[in-house]
Amino acid sequence: MTTTTDLVSYEDALASYDPVMGLEVHVELGTKTKMFCGCSTELGADANAQTCPVCLGLPGALPVVNAIGVESAIKIGLALNCEIAEWCRFARKNYFYPDMPKNFQTSQYDEPIAFDGYLDVQLEDGETFRVEIERAHMEEDTGKSTHVGGATGRIHGASHSLLDYNRAGIPLIEIVTKPITGAGERAPEVARAYVRELRELIRALGVSEARMEMGQMRCDVNLSLRPHGREKFGTRSETKNVNSLRSVERAARFEIQRHAAVLNDGGTIIQETRHFHEDTGSTTSGRVKEEAEDYRYFPEPDLVPVAPSREWVEKLRAELPELPLVRRSRLREEWGISGTDMQAILNAGALDSIVATIDAGADAASARKWWMGELARAANESGTALDGLAITPAQVARVTELVNAGDLNDKLARQVIEGVLAGEGTPDEVVDKRGLKVVSDEGALTTAVEEAIAGNPAIADKIRGGKVAAVGALVGAVMKATRGQADAARVKELILQQLGVEG
Amino acid sequence: MSDHIIRLTAAETAAKIASGELTAVEVTEAHLARIEAVDEKVHAFLHVDREGALAQARAVDGKRERGEKLGPLAGVPLALKDIFTTEGIPTTVGSKILEGWIPPYDATLTKRLKAADVVILGKTNMDEFAMGSSTENSAYGPTGNPWDLTRIPGGSGGGSSAALASFQAPLAIGTDTGGSIRQPAAVTGTVGVKPTYGAVSRYGMVAFSSSLDQGGPCARTVLDAALLHEVIAGHDPMDSTSIDEPVPAVVEAARNGSVEGMRVGVVKQFRGEGYQAGVIQRFDESVELLKGLGAEIVELDCPSFDLALSAYYLIAPSECSSNLARFDGLRYGLRTGDDGSHSAEEVTSLTREAGFGDEVKRRIMLGTYALSSGYYDAYYGSAQKVRTLIKQDFDKAFEQVDVIVSPTTPTTAFAIGERADDPMAMYLADLCTIPTNLAGNAAMSLPCGLAPEDNLPVGLQIIAPVMKDDRLYKVGAAVEAAFVEKWGHPLLEEAPSL
Amino acid sequence: MPGITREEVAHLARLARLELKPEELDHFAGQLDDIIGAVARVSEVADQDVPPTSHPLPLTNVMRPDEVRPSLTPEQALSGAPAQEQQRFKVPQILGEE
Ligand SMILES: [Mg+2]
Ligand SMILES: [Zn+2]
Repeated sequence: MTTTTDLVSYEDALASYDPVMGLEVHVELGTKTKMFCGCSTELGADANAQTCPVCLGLPGALPVVNAIGVESAIKIGLALNCEIAEWCRFARKNYFYPDMPKNFQTSQYDEPIAFDGYLDVQLEDGETFRVEIERAHMEEDTGKSTHVGGATGRIHGASHSLLDYNRAGIPLIEIVTKPITGAGERAPEVARAYVRELRELIRALGVSEARMEMGQMRCDVNLSLRPHGREKFGTRSETKNVNSLRSVERAARFEIQRHAAVLNDGGTIIQETRHFHEDTGSTTSGRVKEEAEDYRYFPEPDLVPVAPSREWVEKLRAELPELPLVRRSRLREEWGISGTDMQAILNAGALDSIVATIDAGADAASARKWWMGELARAANESGTALDGLAITPAQVARVTELVNAGDLNDKLARQVIEGVLAGEGTPDEVVDKRGLKVVSDEGALTTAVEEAIAGNPAIADKIRGGKVAAVGALVGAVMKATRGQADAARVKELILQQLGVEG
Repeated sequence: MSDHIIRLTAAETAAKIASGELTAVEVTEAHLARIEAVDEKVHAFLHVDREGALAQARAVDGKRERGEKLGPLAGVPLALKDIFTTEGIPTTVGSKILEGWIPPYDATLTKRLKAADVVILGKTNMDEFAMGSSTENSAYGPTGNPWDLTRIPGGSGGGSSAALASFQAPLAIGTDTGGSIRQPAAVTGTVGVKPTYGAVSRYGMVAFSSSLDQGGPCARTVLDAALLHEVIAGHDPMDSTSIDEPVPAVVEAARNGSVEGMRVGVVKQFRGEGYQAGVIQRFDESVELLKGLGAEIVELDCPSFDLALSAYYLIAPSECSSNLARFDGLRYGLRTGDDGSHSAEEVTSLTREAGFGDEVKRRIMLGTYALSSGYYDAYYGSAQKVRTLIKQDFDKAFEQVDVIVSPTTPTTAFAIGERADDPMAMYLADLCTIPTNLAGNAAMSLPCGLAPEDNLPVGLQIIAPVMKDDRLYKVGAAVEAAFVEKWGHPLLEEAPSL
Repeated sequence: MPGITREEVAHLARLARLELKPEELDHFAGQLDDIIGAVARVSEVADQDVPPTSHPLPLTNVMRPDEVRPSLTPEQALSGAPAQEQQRFKVPQILGEE
């Protein structure tokens, strides 16, 4: 099972072969209820507390389609520039698996609700690559098994397994690309950019939070190689459940190197399922099945066809939000930033937070500065995502407002943010509790300046003598006396004014 | 006294309870006593819910005493086919694989019966998963036909038909996938109706073949069947294939039986080889009777019907192979081989091997074959095309006629064991009933006499278009009245006493 | 149409998760062969240009609003379980893939 795999270098692999990829992404919809029953999809419930005769597959139970599940599928299809079927059906995909209560998955087969679309994705250097979409169809998730008695909670060596069906029946949309050709050495990057773009799109549509780390979005990477110049595709491997953007890229890269090694040795690639390992960045072969799967698809007789009216489809099309790629180029223009800057914002996952902060009243430059600076650092240190930090865009906007009003300087603002992140309250509460307001009382400042001059006569003389640069020492003294709560620029002005020197 | 009670019709029983002439408890006790007396011989019931039935009956009597409104069948006992889930009451579908399973929920039909104050006596025997035409495929042993206990009571709903014919209940529920309500009714001299597909909710009815299965009423009279029909039919949001339209006025139709001026079709494909002479004789007499009652008889040709049985034996097994996949020994029901040496996958295979009977295994494999890659188009795909042709034949027929009549089943009740080892011979019992299931329209079987050669009941089938279920009752009531007048009594009075 | 062999029955039994006994393989092979031979008549219409019918009635678009309905309690959900542990269905070791 874990035989070591010989690899050829990535460059050598690309020198001989042209990679062809197919990406299958499953997205768990954020509906309130499951696809075919009224059980809640809320996370964190007790085991098997969100199950009913339908999603447990009890004898006699029947499914009924969730209208929002269908609507979400259509929205995704439209956003992916797909055609929406005028008439389509659910089908049963028959195979036995303990996670799957009915021992068939209610899915769609040759009649998907959406088909023939594309998604433009942007690579790191700003170049655009078009990924063709084969289809997007509706189906349902499985339950969850826990393996007991093995060393690591894995299947191998387990004495038995425990099944929780809370997740069984949660709506999934499966989005399948056409074979992605022509990406060459950038294939792994295209894979990553595609999955990221798809994630942004799903979020923009509001149909799912698409959190990969929580399994709400899962990607299968199918990959094959063909010698340069050959039309026919090679045999593909199917690497299942690759669950982060970075892993998608790494899995594709690894498979390119592994396939090349096998092919260079004169071997043949077997069509098989493979598993990606985060720790090593490698894939291993899944259990080899004795017989080819035969899913015996047929139209689901317990459900009737879905025939979305053109009025409904057009209404949904009209209601589509601005799509991520369009929005990003608009924002880039509005903010006057480079493609690389935008890419950095995306990589940091800061775009939505920045926009929300601007919407809450901040100027674009400040919003970008805080989220990409102080807050990105804090997120990095605590190992959370930006939108997982204990500060809201509105609070960040409030901080910039205080800075712009001269109530805070940058140094104080950082302390305020630190306080908010530490759970000390809103920015205003932190300012109050920590006593962080800039000293703007001219009388108090003037006194502090006079005291600083009196206390440092030698420096004062230097400044009077024309060495204006020495003013820093006096500013420092005033800041120290005011415990940092003075506006340094104003302090400098006052000192120079007192000493009769032009700044 | 109690013999008098059990021979009342459901309509009479309900009237006597409503007027206070009888209490629901008296009626229920009379039927429980009858079950006690005869069911050891008949074996119509798999489970008798004595306490539950009496509690329901007491509740009805309480309502009446308090002057609360009672439903049209309040306090009338009913035998429920063991295919509908009943919360807290075992539901086995005649299979070992569900032995001892107590559902945590009621089928929609069960809920409707309870809401109508019908008293559920217990669960009736059936061919395992409703696969069969004799009730011999029950894992719990066969049921006898009250007319001759060595013969089959039909199937799959032989328990329900036998309960009616042996006066253990005036009402029963059946399900009809290929004839499982009508064929048992025919061979026991009772009335059974397969409503239009989608008229009665399938939620909580353990699925055999989803696109064919339909629950329906079983009774000893046409009016009783209509009263029960009205209780159980109607839209159910829990069943996506349920019809969201008003239920046809079946009770009104049953009270106003007439065929005056109606066009009645006779399909030439429903006779010939394999039909018992006495069955054809009684059928021809029925057609004459209809003529005498003012009906116009129209000869019909429905060539696709010759392919119906073949299409059925591809579609039903295909759907069943998938519907029965859930019985895997992991979440409910039987589990075999869980001794620490077998994996979950092996336990599933061992459980299914031990829990399913031969007919079920045969159909699962047949369906698995018909759906598998390489065979799908030739078998399942073609069967679906035949289905279209059958619908078209019915459509054409109903442009010319109001209803179609035929024998319900080609022969009278055969002997238990006679066809047990010959599946193809068994399948022929449903020759006349299957086209209706494939097309989704409504049909009824009612008694039309005894076959002279064996003195066993013959059924007349009446077929109506989709959602014209009321026509069955209008025609059925007229035919029933004419026969009762001709015989001087209902047919069942000729049945031997047990 | 090809006849059904013992090997094919074994394959079908594996797909359908039925641990058939050797004598059953022979028994069913004969019966399935008979039945399939008889029902294969449907392929007479295979070339005909008629649409397939999968539903008896032409209903479409039956959907429910996305509103939560009460679930079973875990006790009810597990009430029929042959074995349970930690409020979950307990099953033997699963050989499937990780
Ligand atoms: Mg899928
Ligand atoms: Zn549920």
